[in-house]
Amino acid sequence: MIEILDVCKTYGTGNKALRDIDITIEDGEFVFIMGRSGSGKTTLLRLLVKEEEPTSGEIIVNGQELWRMPRRHVPRYRRTLGIVFQDFRLLKDRNVFENVAFAQRVVGASSRAIRESVPEILKLVGLSAKYKSLPQHLSGGEQQRVAIARALINRPEVLLADEPTGNLDYQNAVEIMELLWDINQMGTTVVVVTHSQELVNLTGGRVITLDRGQIVSDDYSRGRQDKGRIQE
Amino acid sequence: MRISVFWYCLKQGIKNIFKNIWFSLASVATISASVFLFCLFFSILTNIQFMVKNMESTVGITVLFDEGLGETDILALGAAIGGRGEIREMTYISPQEAWDSFQSDYFAGHEELAAGFAQDNPLAGSASYEIHLWDISSQNEIVTWLQGLEGVRQVNYSNTIVEGFLSFNRVVGLLSLVITGVLLLVAMFLISNTISVAAAFRRQESQIMRLIGATNFMIRAPFIVEGVVIGLIGAGIPLAGIYVLYTRCVIYLTERFSILSGVVKFLPMEELYPAMTAVAMGLGVGIGFFGSFFTIRKYLKV
Repeated sequence: MIEILDVCKTYGTGNKALRDIDITIEDGEFVFIMGRSGSGKTTLLRLLVKEEEPTSGEIIVNGQELWRMPRRHVPRYRRTLGIVFQDFRLLKDRNVFENVAFAQRVVGASSRAIRESVPEILKLVGLSAKYKSLPQHLSGGEQQRVAIARALINRPEVLLADEPTGNLDYQNAVEIMELLWDINQMGTTVVVVTHSQELVNLTGGRVITLDRGQIVSDDYSRGRQDKGRIQE
Repeated sequence: MRISVFWYCLKQGIKNIFKNIWFSLASVATISASVFLFCLFFSILTNIQFMVKNMESTVGITVLFDEGLGETDILALGAAIGGRGEIREMTYISPQEAWDSFQSDYFAGHEELAAGFAQDNPLAGSASYEIHLWDISSQNEIVTWLQGLEGVRQVNYSNTIVEGFLSFNRVVGLLSLVITGVLLLVAMFLISNTISVAAAFRRQESQIMRLIGATNFMIRAPFIVEGVVIGLIGAGIPLAGIYVLYTRCVIYLTERFSILSGVVKFLPMEELYPAMTAVAMGLGVGIGFFGSFFTIRKYLKV
């Protein structure tokens, strides 16, 4: 469960990025954080990853109180999260297998564990056949699948996606949303940050809308809908 | 630490070196230059110390006493001299021993010439003490003290060679300290630069590592490995060079200046090399480690 309690964030420049944010996300939810550029959605994501500290308020993720967490415990906490970026952030000098394995290597997984789990996760994202390809030889959609595989390889409890379809065409965007939905159906909490209403309309899920750092709506009504909502 | 983590850090560190090959080569070259100079000075200084040590055991001070001073008084003076802490060894040479030694040195084969003196010892007033010191640098002080003793007629000692060696040793020591120090600073700066470039190259990778839960150690270790490997290579090259150079120099100098073989003795390579290798490797690894450690701390923080 993610609890964001009365959180404010003001940057040194005096810019109030977030004001009085109260959000509770239950385990296994699929949530969109929506808003225009500058609405504070990326700041919220950075707070969840503990890249930034809130000016006031508290954030609790799966029982871990982030404001009390010492720096040395941050890496362990981040291993419970999976993060997907708009620009994929793949390592261009490594193939698909190595890009995914990278996330396991850096947390000290054994070579045997890597050999077992990477093919499994590549199968899940539909890239088994392309494990030897370099990222630059893949389409945008395929690159994002690699990034999702990398985010999932350490079996995180929460998947945070920052504009995951921002660099993709409509068809690829649909496929990525389907994949995220499937991942959510397997029990992972998925939080997607986006400015695109079109993307939100593709699938079900709760939509929290931010504007100038404040929550302007929190729409539970769409709830969990099946994949049938995804429009081709 | 898991073995897979160790290999990962080592592999990434070595990959870093090849990614910025020109910066890495510049760092290796500077470390090599400073370690080479260090080894050169180390060899010279160690050899001078070796020679001085040799002299300490061979070059002595001879104390002669006023003629007419009885043996009891001489032995009493000897006891006072022997009480000085700087003295390692002291031998009393009686007039008879002095005469016997003189005869064997100068009348060997012509004993009949010495026989002319019969029972008359021409060195009757030449009882002496031969003194060897622990540390030859204290020679001047002891000699002055001995000269001031009542009953002491003459103090014989070799001043010029010892003084020369000691002052040469001081100059070389100081010079080596300054030059090696400056070069070490330059090497440190270049290592730091190389690591900064590597960090910039791998910025995205480090950022991803940070966000997927890599520890500070895991993010920094490849850069530190890079620095240490550069340091090791930088120290290894001059060590190999010095090995060849020293061996050849010793052979050349020994052959060319064989006349000095009694005074100048070079330290054998087997005795010089282990200590020099340990210090040079420590220096190379130290520059690599600290240069990269402090640079990377600045750039990568979880």
